[in-house]
Amino acid sequence: MGGVLASQGRKPGGTPPETHAFLAMMGWAGVAILGAVSLAVVALGRGETINALWLVTASLCTYLIAYRFYSLYIARDVLGVDPARPTPAVRHNDGLDYVPTNRYVLFGHHFAAIAGAGPLVGPVLAAQMGYLPGTLWLIVGVVFAGAVQDYVVLFISTRRDGRSLGDLVRSEMGNAAGLVAMVGVLAIMVILLAVLALIVVRALVGSPWGTFTVFATIPIALLMGVYGRYIRPGRIGEMSGIGLVLLMLALIGGQSVSESESLAPLFSYTGPQLALLLIVYGFIASVLPVWLLLAPRDYLSTFLKIGTICALAIGIAIVMPPLHMPAVTKFIDGTGPVFAGSLFPFLFITIACGAVSGFHALISSGTTPKMLENEAHARAIGYGSMLAESFVGIMALIAACVLEPGVYFAMNAPAGVIGTTADQAAQVVSGWGFTITPDMLNQIATDIGEKSILSRAGGAPTLAVGMAQILSGVVGGKGLLAFWYHFAILFEALFILTTIDAGTRVARFMIQDLVGMAIPAFRHTHSWGANVAATTLAVAGWGYFLYQGVTDPLGGINTLWPLFGIANQMLAAIALVLCTVVLFKMKRQRMAWVTIVPATWLLVCTLVAGWQKLFDPSPAIGFLASYDKFAAASVAGQIAAPAKTAADMGRIMTNAVVDAVMTGLFIAVVLAVLGFGLVSALKALSRAEVTTREVGYAGAAE
Amino acid sequence: MTAHAFWRRVCETLRLMVGQPDYDRYVAHRLEHHPGETVMSRVEFFRDRQDRRYATRSGGGLRCC
Repeated sequence: MGGVLASQGRKPGGTPPETHAFLAMMGWAGVAILGAVSLAVVALGRGETINALWLVTASLCTYLIAYRFYSLYIARDVLGVDPARPTPAVRHNDGLDYVPTNRYVLFGHHFAAIAGAGPLVGPVLAAQMGYLPGTLWLIVGVVFAGAVQDYVVLFISTRRDGRSLGDLVRSEMGNAAGLVAMVGVLAIMVILLAVLALIVVRALVGSPWGTFTVFATIPIALLMGVYGRYIRPGRIGEMSGIGLVLLMLALIGGQSVSESESLAPLFSYTGPQLALLLIVYGFIASVLPVWLLLAPRDYLSTFLKIGTICALAIGIAIVMPPLHMPAVTKFIDGTGPVFAGSLFPFLFITIACGAVSGFHALISSGTTPKMLENEAHARAIGYGSMLAESFVGIMALIAACVLEPGVYFAMNAPAGVIGTTADQAAQVVSGWGFTITPDMLNQIATDIGEKSILSRAGGAPTLAVGMAQILSGVVGGKGLLAFWYHFAILFEALFILTTIDAGTRVARFMIQDLVGMAIPAFRHTHSWGANVAATTLAVAGWGYFLYQGVTDPLGGINTLWPLFGIANQMLAAIALVLCTVVLFKMKRQRMAWVTIVPATWLLVCTLVAGWQKLFDPSPAIGFLASYDKFAAASVAGQIAAPAKTAADMGRIMTNAVVDAVMTGLFIAVVLAVLGFGLVSALKALSRAEVTTREVGYAGAAE
Repeated sequence: MTAHAFWRRVCETLRLMVGQPDYDRYVAHRLEHHPGETVMSRVEFFRDRQDRRYATRSGGGLRCC
């Protein structure tokens, strides 16, 4: 293949190869200069608004350069990729799980699997520090950490028959390390599901339009499920088309529902009510047959997600919106209302998935390595699709920064800080230096068809208002603003619900594996009792944190999102430690800085963040300080804000203890894995020969 | 690449995004490497792949964050 391509490049009578090389070099120099100029505009523009296209250009040029040069360096010099080596798909080809797949097709599969709600939420929250810190970390983080992790894990898994991350940690670093990593992954999953569910709740509280359309997805999915099972089996295109049309009808009908005096109250819920509904839904959905609800919902959300990402990219390119958010706000000092804590380490914790996501290590060691046609394709698929994911994060950041900063802060600050009326909110937010009038806040709420936009933390509503502004600039103008807003809410809720359903099932299997070590009967996945017990445990786990977040007077997101961020970045650190150990075993330790540098950075970030979350003297940041503050008030018989009752106080104290225990657990897990990693790396260093456990050319599985 | 081949590639990509590999390739593989053995029908294949994606540990529909 490579030889054929090379010989095509030297057609007799064509342009001499030296000219080609020279032109290519000039082209890359052009990209580099364009990228540098754009970055300079993004970084140095002060006092006046800059256009979003500068962010787009700066990031795209950086991605191109990083892909062309850095990922090639990793492929050739660090990993020693060998295109002649047969991949698992070639060796085990069964037409089912192991299928050699065209690289563009597989890129689509991999990107669809890694792109979730995370890169849309993290950058929106991080916008409280201005667009510059977020943009820089999204670009730098993906090039040196996120994409490297995804690529190297994909490579390692491909050379080991497509094994999972847990298996890889166990076989390369020992059984104890495998067990610790397994506990860590389960804890991360629980926090992830809780925080995603909380985002849906925050978006739907008191919104009959949004609630109606999200509820409508359930009968629509059931109908699609029956259609795809019995009426026209396997016709994914037809069923998705029908589902999409019904979804749009529900979206239009939602407006009438929200304006109807008799129907609107049926779809207006408080936070705790929605949380309970979601918990019940999560349990039922994860015990139903997969073809009935989960599969059709997944089809809809996957296609809708890809479509919306493309629409947003086109929208930004056409509208070319100016960014109203300052480059850097005063909240880099850690006093911000959206999340507490200073730029280092909390910006990096908050952005999470768009720059580097530990979760991708699970995907890169999942189905993708079993379908890789050639080892050389891993670069485009692993490194390349993570660059695309980072670009999604950049677009989310743009959507948040096109809003007036005053609107952004009114939407994202908790009610405990800005109050519950537009007058109070406008006063508080203007006091921070982001001038806004109550009329403007009310006008935006009316434009998007909602009663209020205040304190809708969680990213989804902010992103939806930003997207609505951009998309209505392309189609429909101001008249369709409300439609686009609810479309964006629906789109996020749809794939978050899919994740909750699928994630509950995965958590159930993990619990069955873990408990099964002590009680073997628990492991039987055909046993109805064990399945229901494990599902109940899984739902109870994330349900607890969800309910805690919903009833938290501080809004929940600012506690749970950092916890999730720390957990996710720690998983990335674990994956990069694994990559480093494997490079040492390959006797390529001189090149291992490629994974050691990001691993060290992530360890420093997450350990400092974890430490501050535990022991910082400020109650806004440290869980233990928060506990002390409320315990002291409780003893003195006082009610400390933002609590309003003694029960509130008790809840805040319990939450603080539980969150502190979770943070401690994450720190213990990551330190343990680091320890196992160091031991394994030193052992590999002391041996003269290569000690990896790769599956060789012969093709025999171990 | 012809328009038809391109369209086929697009459909293949969309189907693999939701965990459905190419059926024709599966049939070709079975006929070539396992002659005489049973080959799943298109519908059986669809259901088998659906169960494989969602009802096992693989976690189909689980999006990373």
